[in-house]
Amino acid sequence: MITVSNLGKKFGKLEVLKSIQVDFNHGSSYAMIGPNGSGKTTLIKCILGMVIPDTGIITVNGKPIANDWSYRNLIGYMPQIGRYPDQMKIGQIFDMIRDLRQDQSHMDEDLIREFKLVQMRDKRMHTLSGGTRQKVSASLAFLFNPRIMILDEPTAGLDPIAVEILKEKILAEKNKDRTFLITSHIMSDLDELTSNVVYLEEGRILFNDTIDLLKEETGEVKLGKAIASVMKRNLKDAEKV
Amino acid sequence: MIKIAKYILYDILRNRFVMLYTLFLLVVTFSMFSLDSDPGKATLSLLNIILLVVPLVSIIFTTIHFYNSYEFIELLLAQPVSRKTIYFAEYFSISMALATAYIVGVAIPMLLLNFSESSFYLIIAGLLLTFVFVALAFAASVSTRDKAKAIGVALLFWFYFTLIYDGLILYVIYSFSDYPLDKVTLAMVSLNPIDLARIIILLKLDLSALMGYTGAFYKNFFGSSVGVIYSVLFLLVWALAPLLLAMRRFVRKDI
Repeated sequence: MITVSNLGKKFGKLEVLKSIQVDFNHGSSYAMIGPNGSGKTTLIKCILGMVIPDTGIITVNGKPIANDWSYRNLIGYMPQIGRYPDQMKIGQIFDMIRDLRQDQSHMDEDLIREFKLVQMRDKRMHTLSGGTRQKVSASLAFLFNPRIMILDEPTAGLDPIAVEILKEKILAEKNKDRTFLITSHIMSDLDELTSNVVYLEEGRILFNDTIDLLKEETGEVKLGKAIASVMKRNLKDAEKV
Repeated sequence: MIKIAKYILYDILRNRFVMLYTLFLLVVTFSMFSLDSDPGKATLSLLNIILLVVPLVSIIFTTIHFYNSYEFIELLLAQPVSRKTIYFAEYFSISMALATAYIVGVAIPMLLLNFSESSFYLIIAGLLLTFVFVALAFAASVSTRDKAKAIGVALLFWFYFTLIYDGLILYVIYSFSDYPLDKVTLAMVSLNPIDLARIIILLKLDLSALMGYTGAFYKNFFGSSVGVIYSVLFLLVWALAPLLLAMRRFVRKDI
């Protein structure tokens, strides 16, 4: 569904992505893991067309995304930190995004309802707490039943109840033939939600396979431990060199 | 584009700054006409204030607004909208908001107090200056991610066109006064949107002698109507060129 080939990006002298090669297949869910600054968010922003890569091609459904915008009809995106115009009300944000999307046939308002955002329609964005903003971001991402869901640290900043609501929603949608791309630092969440893992470090993909295989390889039962042992192995390899 | 512009305009109009700007223009216009019994002189005094204030407010407000709407642009970029659409919606709504302030603050009172040809041209010149300096502010804003730097560049544009450039012209005329400089000054005036706007009105006010050397020459060279058309065309170029250059940059920018 999404193919990324030979993707490279530099910010000034800093090489953030180094010829990334990865496919995100239809109907699978991917956990993107990596230390801070490993290039996860930059990769996501490249897929969304917010950051223009220096080299390489990204295609969505076989079509290259450069100079195209219509493919974003297929994508629901929840940013790491949702930032919204201060003066707008919650209701207006939803109205505006609805206005912009062409496909409005079946809206998914489950999250708006469960996060109780309807009651807060008239609150202005700058009065909201970080967690409530995350709720708005999540509801917006799921609103149009997109085929591809990109969630950048979805559970960060949410209260435990909201986290459970969101996780249940993701699990329910996973069975509906969606592609999920989730970054997080909370391994237990990813263990529950995703089936594949893409491990990024310093702009390179070091591991890309199913979680089951990773656990088998390392002999660990939990994703967190498995990843930790991969990281240690990489460190040792680096020391040998 | 209109859909997006609607929401941006709503956001801008809630901003008290545009209200204050409108109020300021209203006060200035009324006081100029009540202080001076000669409408020609009043128009001239108003012109001098407008030539300073309109560019300054347009360029600073636009730059600040552009940076404040970074979040908004981010939000839109994840949606199926092209970058050009977002860009032009931003330009359209900011210039419309400032133009509305100008129309309410200057144009309507002038038409009520002193309905004449020169008032009409003052209105046109002010609107064109708004479009030019909003475009220049976009050029300053897309070139850097640093808000303070962009405001600095924007202010520099303003200083350059209001103060430094006039000094340069004077310097050239003074030091090369032994040579025929008519065409050179004409070309130099075309390179400054504020001078172009000034010329439109002065030609119509029949006070071109007051503007000194260039004004007199300009009138001589063109006769007034050709001069006005020439100035208006060049002002449009001054709005379009930075606008399109900044767009090319914006389309390739990392947000």
